[in-house]
Amino acid sequence: MNKLISLDKLPIGKSAIVKKLHNQGIVRRRLLDLGLIEGTRVRALMRSPAGDPTAYDIRGAVIALRKEETSKILVEQLD
Amino acid sequence: MLNLKLDPNKSIIALAGNPNTGKSTIFNSLTDLNQHTGNWPGKTVNTAYGDFTHNGKEYLLVDLPGTYSLLSNSEEEEIARDFICFANPHVTVVVTDATCLERNLNLALQVMEITHRVIICVNLMDEAQRKKIKIDCDKLSKLLGVPVVATVAREGKGLDHLKNTIEKLIKGDLNPKPIKVDYGEELERAIEKIRPLLEKIANGLNTRWLALRLLEGDRSLIRSIKENIGYDIQEHELLKDLLEEILEELKGKGLDRNKIRDMIVSSIVRTGEAIYNRVAFIEDDSYREGDRKIDQILASKVYGIPIMILLLGLVFWITIEGANYPSDLLAKGLFYLEDKLSALLNLIGLPKRVHDLLVLGIYRTLAWVISVMLPPMAIFFPLFTILEDLGYLPRIAFNLDHFFKKACAHGKQALTMCMGFGCNAAGVISCRIIDSPREQLIAIITNNFVPCNGRFPTLIVLSSIFLAPSARGNTSYIAAIFVLLAIILGVVITLFVSKLLSKSILKGLPSSFILELPPYRKPQVGRIIVRSIFDRTLFVLARAVMVAAPAGLVIWNMANITIGEYNILTHCAQFLDPFARLIGLDGYILMAFILGLPANEIVIPVLIMAYMSKGSLIELTNLAEIKQLFIDNGWTWLTALCTILFSLNHWPCGTTLLTIRKETLSAKWTWVSFLVPTLTGIILCFIVTQGSRLLGLV
Repeated sequence: MNKLISLDKLPIGKSAIVKKLHNQGIVRRRLLDLGLIEGTRVRALMRSPAGDPTAYDIRGAVIALRKEETSKILVEQLD
Repeated sequence: MLNLKLDPNKSIIALAGNPNTGKSTIFNSLTDLNQHTGNWPGKTVNTAYGDFTHNGKEYLLVDLPGTYSLLSNSEEEEIARDFICFANPHVTVVVTDATCLERNLNLALQVMEITHRVIICVNLMDEAQRKKIKIDCDKLSKLLGVPVVATVAREGKGLDHLKNTIEKLIKGDLNPKPIKVDYGEELERAIEKIRPLLEKIANGLNTRWLALRLLEGDRSLIRSIKENIGYDIQEHELLKDLLEEILEELKGKGLDRNKIRDMIVSSIVRTGEAIYNRVAFIEDDSYREGDRKIDQILASKVYGIPIMILLLGLVFWITIEGANYPSDLLAKGLFYLEDKLSALLNLIGLPKRVHDLLVLGIYRTLAWVISVMLPPMAIFFPLFTILEDLGYLPRIAFNLDHFFKKACAHGKQALTMCMGFGCNAAGVISCRIIDSPREQLIAIITNNFVPCNGRFPTLIVLSSIFLAPSARGNTSYIAAIFVLLAIILGVVITLFVSKLLSKSILKGLPSSFILELPPYRKPQVGRIIVRSIFDRTLFVLARAVMVAAPAGLVIWNMANITIGEYNILTHCAQFLDPFARLIGLDGYILMAFILGLPANEIVIPVLIMAYMSKGSLIELTNLAEIKQLFIDNGWTWLTALCTILFSLNHWPCGTTLLTIRKETLSAKWTWVSFLVPTLTGIILCFIVTQGSRLLGLV
């Protein structure tokens, strides 16, 4: 098993499996509603020109998230 | 909830769906009612409704807000949930996007828990085909237990099938039996314990669904039940005790309310995932790479922002270049008509005063509004709508979010600013897509820093005749650059003022930002042109004309009623003049802006009328003559620059102010929205004017 990193550290083009969501409240609900539950495969697609937010492929949809949110999502990077 | 006059003979059909699935397109195709369809999440905030007839039977179609879920307790989700729960629609159609079906099934499964009278509409089948995604709709229907209809709404494909299916379901020819999501042993046992108690009080609501909501503690639903059924579920002692007991028990097993919520959502998502994997076949994964490649250019570190500016500049250039000739032509035509009208009125023997009032007052102002405003609008609106339909606007929000975060505001504010280009009132309404009330207010207050379509022509005309060099030849691109600079200045001011507001009267930290970047779609150019000309251009023009006629009347009277030595117009202008001069304008310009409060479109026409009423009665048919008129009245490049700056930064028009009042429900924030841009404009123009004079530039 690879070591866990927060989602914002996932390099562009790489995929990972969501292991733990530390987000709380309404943000957590929104993320879950988008299908970002534990065990979901995500892929980092691109960063905005200023480096943040980053767009991810989540279940076929492209979703942009800020570092504030992704730093609380623990993932296991896939090779 | 929605106030509808329900006709018992009409069947009610609710349209639910994720944002950006073509729900509005289906709504428009079925009802023929023109409603704007956007290409970004959260656009359909108003609940629209319309009628349609099929096989002699009448239906009322209700377009619910686009949502990802019914569980997150946002305003839109409450509206959608309450309608499905309490308005008892005969059928709920869940519109899904074939290219992103897995995520869409989440909402579909949630709706199917509330009602069994569901039809799943898998839309955008053409896009899916193009992207080599195959959806087996028959299998999907079998697995879900409800009818599934495939459609390509933009081309009208499958809509008859949809209508037939609705008819069959209402007649009872179809009897959907939705599958149940498995919530795991613990929760299932808890649900079964609560259900018997709910049978009596559920009032037609699905008891399994209601039990789940009670377990997760959905307060907003309990409130809605009280409002709609008049029963307070919390006062049911037996239920309260039972619920407490069950929650205590679950807690003992490590399941607190947060865990329960997570489990509920996760179970739904997993069910959707399992079904999706059995009905979708991706023949070729390369399709996504196409969108990715475009994104990598349009949102790249190096090119992202320059391309954005370039695209905007291109839109302005086409608008300016394209509007020149038709503007001339319209002006000539309308003034030719003026002569004819004048002759006709003289022929029927109207008194000179009435004749002048009608022709020189009302008709001429109208002619100016139409010839100056119509061509740029008719070109700009469709061009901008193409960008919107392509799916480019969310990328702008993506590119600029960082700057908005720095200003303690929300990235979606960039989207509301884009809407402001069309009309600031529409921009203010679109601020509803921002969830945080603080950031929403910031977006509303600063929306006016984006010049709306009513102000573009002012910017275009003035930069064409004053700032672009007077040399002959093609100067459109220089004018376009100036307009572009004005927009960039508007964006910078927006960010600056947003930050200022965040640090003063609207203190707070930036909230979360979750934005979907929808796939790029091929815009339907033909439809866009028709839609933007009829829905937007003519609408805005009609509004301008309605305001221009009385304004023409007022200005003509002001110019022709004299008190003492001068006419009223001169009195007013002279009164405003000392102040106006401080900020680089003159009394007439400031008065034109004040008279332009009902609609910004009439500022330049009113100004021309005002100057002309001073006696210099020349026939104005082209821009060069307007320039001469302005120069005769003492204009320099500084006057033009300050007028542009003031046009960019002054009070919002009457319609926008009324909209702000309606959206914020507060006189205070309406006043703030009035004062913030006005003060910004005064300060900016003052600095520019005094600075230029000090430096001896003028």
